[in-house]
Amino acid sequence: MQDQPTAIELVDIVADFIRHHAMPQLQGHAAFHARVAANALDIVKRELEIAPKANAEEHGRLELLLERDGSLDELNRELCAEIERGEIGLESEELVDHLWKITLTKLAIDQPNYSGYVRALEEGSEA
Amino acid sequence: MGAETNPFADALTGAVRRGISGATGIANLKRLSGGASQETWAFDATTAGAPIPLILRRAPGGTRVTEGRGSTAAGLETEAKLIQLAGAAGVAVPPVRLVLAEDDGVGHGFVMDRIEGETIARKILRDAEFADARPKLARQCGEMLARLHKIDKATLPPLRVSPASEEIDQYYKTYKTHDHPHPVFELAFRWLKDNAPPDATAMTLVHGDFRHGNLMIGPEGVRAVLDWELAHIGDPMEDLGWICVNSWRFGNIDNPVGGFGKREDLFAGYEAAGGGKVDPERVKFWEVLGTLKWGVMCTTMVMAFKAGDRSVERATIGRRSSETEVDLLRLLAPRKKG
Repeated sequence: MQDQPTAIELVDIVADFIRHHAMPQLQGHAAFHARVAANALDIVKRELEIAPKANAEEHGRLELLLERDGSLDELNRELCAEIERGEIGLESEELVDHLWKITLTKLAIDQPNYSGYVRALEEGSEA
Repeated sequence: MGAETNPFADALTGAVRRGISGATGIANLKRLSGGASQETWAFDATTAGAPIPLILRRAPGGTRVTEGRGSTAAGLETEAKLIQLAGAAGVAVPPVRLVLAEDDGVGHGFVMDRIEGETIARKILRDAEFADARPKLARQCGEMLARLHKIDKATLPPLRVSPASEEIDQYYKTYKTHDHPHPVFELAFRWLKDNAPPDATAMTLVHGDFRHGNLMIGPEGVRAVLDWELAHIGDPMEDLGWICVNSWRFGNIDNPVGGFGKREDLFAGYEAAGGGKVDPERVKFWEVLGTLKWGVMCTTMVMAFKAGDRSVERATIGRRSSETEVDLLRLLAPRKKG
């Protein structure tokens, strides 16, 4: 167990520092890259918050779907190979459900304001 | 960099004097952008009267294209020829004034008119200046595409031939090089292979990058179709699908054509201008492929980053490939039926 502040809190305060203290003193390219840097730290923060539980759930679903053990990376590669060979595809409700879950997780971390993600959430709640 | 210090300014002056009637010299030579495969410069030709605003498109350092989009790029002399043919066919393009020759000493490239207008999507989609243009753009895009697809193939310079199967293979190889598993990409590749139009499907000139950034817009509508670097022979529906990719809607998700218009208007403009009957299923096929292409391109940014191009911007674009994955799932496995 690590000491406080937590990694999430540290990343959060650094992003805050870049946005509200460093950026206003920068111009042109440097200011643009500072904003991109702060956005990157927001991704890290969301990943720290969301990924541990989501990755564990993804791992569990992959073991069921593929009926084997392995690391998250190995199982994802195996899933890709089965999709490529046409052994599992759009006709599998389990696969489609799994792909939606991993994709919504990625977007929740990477780009939670993206139009396609926001719309997918709306459509999911109506489904 | 000023004209006086530019190493090819003197050579360009000579070329412009020889090639453009009434030109006495050049002024205000300024680099606008430089990709891996092309440089773009703005300058004015001076005359006895008003100066002529011009653009120079040139191979990097003047030499032939060897990297970047080089493998698929058409080459500058070819691009100049295509712009001339497109202009003659009624597509809005900047007139080509001069194709550089070997003894001009400027390198490979050409000079065209510098047209004023806007290419930045967010301005085109939001600024009041373009409010009257926006409702017309989808139809105009359809008209432009119909005219360029109709250009007589016998008049075209040699171009890469790339039917759907070729495009799929090319991007699948690039995706595999990245060596990171993307199950949604795999699903999309599988779907594309299973649903590809046959190689014999109507093959015409295809612009290859018809979207924001390459469309010069004025308050009255489309002023010019730019960047013919990725032109090839392929399925004309490719251009109609590419401009509908959600990545180019900039948040205006309910306006599938570039964030400004409806598919119906794009298709109506296309058919009215003689492009022939639009096949919406094939347009959707190319929208799926286009979405996937952009997703794969985002992963190539990760490769560039890991290979040593350590900019923050480059790094974070890798985290945008997931945008295309949600778009692909919405296209292929929508959660809401109907």
